[in-house]
Amino acid sequence: MSTTRSLRLPTWLLACASFAGIVVVLGLLLLLASQSLPERTGPPAEQLAIERTVLSPSTIELTVRNTGADPVRIGQIFVNDAYVAFTGATEPLPRLSSQTLRIDYPWQEGQPYLVSMLTSTGAVIEHEIGAAVETPPAGGGVLALMALLGTYVGIIPVVLGMALLPVLRRSGPTVVRILLALTVGLLAFLAVDAALEGLELAAESGGAFGGSLLVFLGAGLAFLALTAVGGLQRRRSAAADPDRPNGGRLALMVAVGIGLHNLGEGLAIGSAYAVGELALGAALVVGFALHNTTEGLAVVAPLAQQRPSVGRLAGLGLVAGGPAILGAVVGVAVDNAGISALLFGVGVGAIVQVIVQLAPALRNQAGKILDPAGVAGLTAGVVIMYVTGLVVTA
Amino acid sequence: MSPPSRRRLLLGGAGVALGAIPARRLTEGPAAPDHGAHADHGQAMPHGGGVNGPVFRGVVDHAANGFDPSEILRDFDYGKVSALPGGQVLREWEIVASDREIEVAPGVRFPAWTFNGRVPGPTLRCRAGDRLKVRFVNASAHPHTMHFHGIHPAEMDGVPGIGRGVIEPGGDFVYEFDAEPFGVHLYHCHVGPLAEHIARGMYGMFVVDPPQPRPKADELVMLMHGYNTTFDAEGNQLYAVNGIPFHYMHTPVRVRRGELVRIYLGNMLEYDPINSFHLHANFFDYYPTGTRLEPSEYTDTVVQAQGQRGICELRFPHLGKYMFHAHKTEFADLGWMGFFEVVE
Repeated sequence: MSTTRSLRLPTWLLACASFAGIVVVLGLLLLLASQSLPERTGPPAEQLAIERTVLSPSTIELTVRNTGADPVRIGQIFVNDAYVAFTGATEPLPRLSSQTLRIDYPWQEGQPYLVSMLTSTGAVIEHEIGAAVETPPAGGGVLALMALLGTYVGIIPVVLGMALLPVLRRSGPTVVRILLALTVGLLAFLAVDAALEGLELAAESGGAFGGSLLVFLGAGLAFLALTAVGGLQRRRSAAADPDRPNGGRLALMVAVGIGLHNLGEGLAIGSAYAVGELALGAALVVGFALHNTTEGLAVVAPLAQQRPSVGRLAGLGLVAGGPAILGAVVGVAVDNAGISALLFGVGVGAIVQVIVQLAPALRNQAGKILDPAGVAGLTAGVVIMYVTGLVVTA
Repeated sequence: MSPPSRRRLLLGGAGVALGAIPARRLTEGPAAPDHGAHADHGQAMPHGGGVNGPVFRGVVDHAANGFDPSEILRDFDYGKVSALPGGQVLREWEIVASDREIEVAPGVRFPAWTFNGRVPGPTLRCRAGDRLKVRFVNASAHPHTMHFHGIHPAEMDGVPGIGRGVIEPGGDFVYEFDAEPFGVHLYHCHVGPLAEHIARGMYGMFVVDPPQPRPKADELVMLMHGYNTTFDAEGNQLYAVNGIPFHYMHTPVRVRRGELVRIYLGNMLEYDPINSFHLHANFFDYYPTGTRLEPSEYTDTVVQAQGQRGICELRFPHLGKYMFHAHKTEFADLGWMGFFEVVE
């Protein structure tokens, strides 16, 4: 018996040996597989994702990234069917590398442009500019403007919505339940909307960094992280006061979820401003603001039975609305559709997590969620979001 | 402008063009040498691009391609000439079909199918009534033929199923017929899929002089065509005359003031229904198909469908540079434009 014991390896050594064995076998496998596989035939798979477009007088600047498997060499460029002079990317672009092209073209404000990159193999990679608008110059002024816009569409409407708290407090439990259901409906709409936006963004990113996978990744991670945070919080507050249903915690969760959603919205505003689309914008900002007012209501709905301090309410408003500012600032500066897709995913995960958190509070005394009141609330939430969404479109 | 939708805002903003602030300036290496800016004749050309019009970056390596549009311009191949017992002139050529990757725009390769390694193929020239023997060698990996425009027996028509029909890879055949009628004609491969065989570059000009020669002139060949580099059969990415788009922009066609200039003009453009030729600051006599000695028109613009051709005759009264291009301006912007340079 003693001999067997002396032969037994320490666990750490065993782990190391196993790990080394796995590495060696995988290495061999890679080596052999690469030799046994035939050479890839057919034309090279050339892909370029356009990550940034900067328009200045008579110049179009594109930042392109090779998202395909093979190097891409840009031979010539034509804009709206005319060959143009350009600088940049004189060498083939290796996979995942990016380059900035400066194109000499007398573009006109508001006109659409199709930039076609003719690669060395004769393939054409196109980039559409929906309506050309001069890109605003960088600087503190832009960041301040973004902060202001973020405040307009994020914080102010959320706080406005929260101002309905006194009304809520005088309402009966059924009204509160309906409002909570309304909140869930509203959030569900946002989750679907953000997921769709994220997926479309991911498609734009060319898929080099995972494409639509990024949205799911962001959503999954956000969901797990918030669940963990929520769990910790629950344990803490349960220790403090195990009997009271914790509206404060729910309100915070709702605020966090909405905040992450507003991060995405801010991101959109910032990057839209970058291409000048927000020049159209007073109506747009008003639309967003109206759209977001309902979010304030959602934040305070769980607090209907409580008397939170003004400071606490302000904090919740900031958590829910503040990220719009952050998003707008990042949106002006960020140059990667993949990152944006990931952030949209985070928003989706956060919202789904909030819905899960809110669900128990929707139960009526019989424990049912989908009673007429619940269904009415849910439907109203979805309809409100849909209708205010239309306002933004108008 | 259409009203902004939230979706469009999100996409247009976050997706299409992320970020306004250039986080870094251009971090590229030294600027590429601006080949497009220098002329063949040692004088500086204004830089193209932007408001100065379309332009390529760089120039094509003609040496690597094995043909130069400036040489194609006045390159007439009269063949090996001898006399038949009856006194008839016999002209013999050997034309080899081959698959060649050519540089059709600076940095852009095109897998062409060629006659004698060039696009367009050699300009074959003879006189009406001459006996022609064209030995066609198919060194390409694809079946081809030579189909000549003109009047000849069916078995010499170079189409599948008639006479010898398709010449398979490795095969060869002698097309033999009399040159009729006089005029400016074309030859091209006639194997299916026909559009692809044409679009890949298998065509050339075939000039039959009238029995009494036309007046002495500075004679030029201009064959209009294009390249569909994406092979989607939906238009072309490049339009050219004599092989390389924009070539005569930086290497103008040099002609003498007051001298008669005769242009053998043809259209072999595939995937677009018509092409045209427009000359700046001058007019020309136009002889459709060149089969009559009287011009039909005095104009500065002619239109030709695919396969149409004609002769333009003119003199330049003034010195200087005069643009010529397709008066389908899209084709011009995509390569079909150049300059005449009139010198003493």
